[in-house]
Amino acid sequence: MELLKVENLKMYYKTIRGYVRAVDDVSFEVNKKDSLGIAGESGCGKTSVALAITRLLPTNGRIISGDITLAGENITKMSDKELRKKIRWKRISMIFQGAMNALHPTYTIGHQIAEAILTHEKVSKTEAFERAEKLIELVGMKADRTKRYPHELSGGMKQRAVTAMALACNPDLIIADEPTTALDVIVAAQVLNAMKDLRSRLDISMIVISHDLSMIAEICNRIAIMYAGKIVESGDLVSIYKEAEHPYTQKLISAFPSVLGQKTELSSIHGFPPDLLTPPPGCRFHPRCPYATELCKTSEPELLEIGRKGHHVACHLHSR
Amino acid sequence: MTKQEVCIEAQNLVKHFPIKLGFFKTLVSKEAPEVHAVDGVSFKIGKGEIFGLVGESGCGKTTTGRLLVRLIDPTDGQVIFNGTEISRIPSKQMRKLRKKIQVIFQDPYESLNPRMSVYDIIAEPVTIQKIATSYKEISDKVREALEELDMIPAEEFMYRFPHELSGGQRQRVAIARAFVLRPEFLVADEPVSMLDASIRSEVLKLMLGLQKRLHTSILYITHDIALARHMCDRIAVMYLGKIVEMGSTEDVIHKPLHPYTKALIAAVPVPDPTARRISVTLKGEVPSAINPPPACRFHTRCSHTMEICRQKEPPLIEIANNRYVACHLHSGAA
Repeated sequence: MELLKVENLKMYYKTIRGYVRAVDDVSFEVNKKDSLGIAGESGCGKTSVALAITRLLPTNGRIISGDITLAGENITKMSDKELRKKIRWKRISMIFQGAMNALHPTYTIGHQIAEAILTHEKVSKTEAFERAEKLIELVGMKADRTKRYPHELSGGMKQRAVTAMALACNPDLIIADEPTTALDVIVAAQVLNAMKDLRSRLDISMIVISHDLSMIAEICNRIAIMYAGKIVESGDLVSIYKEAEHPYTQKLISAFPSVLGQKTELSSIHGFPPDLLTPPPGCRFHPRCPYATELCKTSEPELLEIGRKGHHVACHLHSR
Repeated sequence: MTKQEVCIEAQNLVKHFPIKLGFFKTLVSKEAPEVHAVDGVSFKIGKGEIFGLVGESGCGKTTTGRLLVRLIDPTDGQVIFNGTEISRIPSKQMRKLRKKIQVIFQDPYESLNPRMSVYDIIAEPVTIQKIATSYKEISDKVREALEELDMIPAEEFMYRFPHELSGGQRQRVAIARAFVLRPEFLVADEPVSMLDASIRSEVLKLMLGLQKRLHTSILYITHDIALARHMCDRIAVMYLGKIVEMGSTEDVIHKPLHPYTKALIAAVPVPDPTARRISVTLKGEVPSAINPPPACRFHTRCSHTMEICRQKEPPLIEIANNRYVACHLHSGAA
């Protein structure tokens, strides 16, 4: 069952020098119970996709075109007020990057979770606080932690509290932007386990945005690789990791060291990601691609399905 | 390592940071509380060797690095560089030694002066250490240093300011600044943790290339054990200011002995969906270094805690050739 469908989404930032094409013609869908990972280098537009879905755009961000459909309902046409009332928190909630540092320092954790519930649902205060306690237990902490202030909790606990907050109004979809980036290995593993556990118990869908492919391999079942505002490859976890077809994906995967597997030489991608004010013509990866041909410099490859079902690649090497 | 010449040696290094108390508390409390950042750390780094220091944040790995280059003075213990004790020599003498001991910091957004051009940043150590005096010599050095890090053409980067560079380029400037003096020993404190994976490996490769060519000894500080495996010859795992395990990289990663090392390796996500999944064997988080647990510092989180772990601190003992572990499970006491 399809839950979220994004079609030909274009999201640009207006600057003095022109439009920055942060998200340029991106389409994907998230099915019920799916967990989609969006991976790519910094500045490739992955966070912008999330901001466009929840429409939490900065003042200079514009959705130029495209449709976002949530369970059959087009939410791009909704007014801000409608979106706020019906969609955010209730249907789609978001865990921002570094959200654990965004907790209000002078309110208790429980108060902050209950506040989200009270704003969106007609429940009594006691009920909201009870629900906050249940949510905190759900992410693997003791219920009495709701009475604590953020400074009394460690980084991992704060991150889990933020995750609990995102669950407050039983959303269908959670978007997590770099949920473990600021955490230590062991604490990150604890948070990841809590998230995996939630997904299997609550039947929620997730979009996980990260630059860390190994983290995505842990909690997602589908992946979309973004480069310079476009999706270059997408498919299920195994086909991306084992049969990656796009040169960028291949390089990105082999850039990660493995702790127990074979010790291989780490590959790197020469050069730097392009400036999205004036992206290169043709395939955006061609200046850094070892297989680039004349065709790549002029014509843009389409995202086409190849081989296994659901495996899409945008590369001229595979378009014929 | 035994046959190798030793470049730098830490002997029982201790660093405690006092905590400032309010006026009233200083009157009442009997002893001033201290953060036990580093508590008796000893190791040797051979010439041309890359020695990794791995651990979670707050385990004292950065403090150890800072002690070795003497950015801070140790509370106790010694640092021996090329046979001479350097942790207590006057700063004038230390300044001469700085030519041979360099450091790369974690965050290139903070370690480069925003008001200095790339040229000035790299030329500064050259002029201070009087390696070159004429303008031409200095600019040749700067150009060479940039070209070594693949910043070609060097002229294009020389006159830029840090804000005009990307993260990867900034870190390369920081590395160029450290290598321009041809140091014998280098502390690299998480040099790539702020960079994207695709850029990371390129920076590391350049650094490794230079290290091989110049035969530099490196103390590589990182929280990423997978990355340490790719960089280091030997690694030491730190927990709350102490080394719990030390040995050759492959030994420590494939045959970990200390329960903490095992947990650390098990928690690393693997970029392969068909491989084994992460498992979390540890509960909770690192205890505070102000009042570290008595005896074995790991006993509060360990799954193999025995009675002796709560009473006696396990010493770091050599159980095989160049293989050290500090755990009662392996000390023969169990």
